[in-house]
Amino acid sequence: MAPTDTDPGTRPVVLDVFRFLPDAETEPRFQRYEIPYQDDHVVLDALNHVKNEVDATLSFRWACRMGVCGSCGMMVNGEPRLTCEVFVSEYYPEPIRIEPLAHFPVARDLVINMEDFMEKLPTVTPWLVPADPKPVEEGEFLQSPAQLAAYKRFSMCINCMLCYSACPVYGLDDTFMGPAALALAQRYNMDSRDGAKAERANVVTSHEGIWECTYVGDCTRVCPKEVDPAGAIQMAKLSYATDWVKSMLLPGANR
Amino acid sequence: MALIDRHYVRKLPATWWLRKPTYLVFMLRELTSVFVVAYAVFLMVMIGRADEAGSFAGLFDALDSPLGLVVHLIVLAVLLFHTITWINLTPKVVVLFRDDEQVDPRLVAGANYVGWVVASVVVAWLVLR
Repeated sequence: MAPTDTDPGTRPVVLDVFRFLPDAETEPRFQRYEIPYQDDHVVLDALNHVKNEVDATLSFRWACRMGVCGSCGMMVNGEPRLTCEVFVSEYYPEPIRIEPLAHFPVARDLVINMEDFMEKLPTVTPWLVPADPKPVEEGEFLQSPAQLAAYKRFSMCINCMLCYSACPVYGLDDTFMGPAALALAQRYNMDSRDGAKAERANVVTSHEGIWECTYVGDCTRVCPKEVDPAGAIQMAKLSYATDWVKSMLLPGANR
Repeated sequence: MALIDRHYVRKLPATWWLRKPTYLVFMLRELTSVFVVAYAVFLMVMIGRADEAGSFAGLFDALDSPLGLVVHLIVLAVLLFHTITWINLTPKVVVLFRDDEQVDPRLVAGANYVGWVVASVVVAWLVLR
């Protein structure tokens, strides 16, 4: 950012923070905090400064501070971001509006209730179910680089739920399985060692699954790990539709 | 859960698609589908009337007006937007590998563009010959 006519850093960072205290209030409000500018601060640092120096009642989640744990996702000026990866300088000296992740119920201040996602995630069997199980003594299930590359991108998900906050389909109807869960299902479907694609179909191809996705594509745009959930869901649509056509043409044949 | 539910739930307003440029582009693209279907129906009705008019050329005479031209230019622009955004998305769905290397996504989209041009030329030849 180009230096302003005044001394850089003399103007305060202005944070407009979403506050909701369920024991005291029925409606949320925005509270303004002004704190000293530091050019190496990310938004999460600014929030921690508020919590430590200004207002200890402010609640928010965070853990690793390095874009791996997926805990600190919030809406920063209307965009779902990992607050540990957004520099204050990106907005300074303009005010920064910080809200809890969109489309989720707010438990308190910037803390959302993630129960819905936590309940949905295991229903897509997001783990390896070996196609040909073998005893441990017989060694690993080997993969070629191409077989790894086929799904690797989709395996980078950190469950930060930014994609759910970007997805208007989920925002309008929270019965939708959502981007991350469906992308993880597809990640295992594309794994050469896995054999549970047909079992996942019950959930993945249900009305609440891939077919509810209208491909807005914003999940892919906001993903901090470049997982491309939207792409994964379209691949799943093609893959399951192809299976269905094959089962119509060749009844009784294996997948 | 025994606890009283004190969550604050934010509802999406009906104008949610005005919130972000990406949402707006999505809605515009959805809207273009209406034009695609409407023009397809229109074409089928016209072709169904080919006997009355005597020939395809006779059909097109009826559309030869400034209004017909403007409508067709609008429909052309909308259909081009729909087709180009559609083809640009195909590499997302069709991910190919060759000798352990992913095939360039631009090749996948490019193949679709070639198919589009070939199909258009064939149709043009059928209509204009």
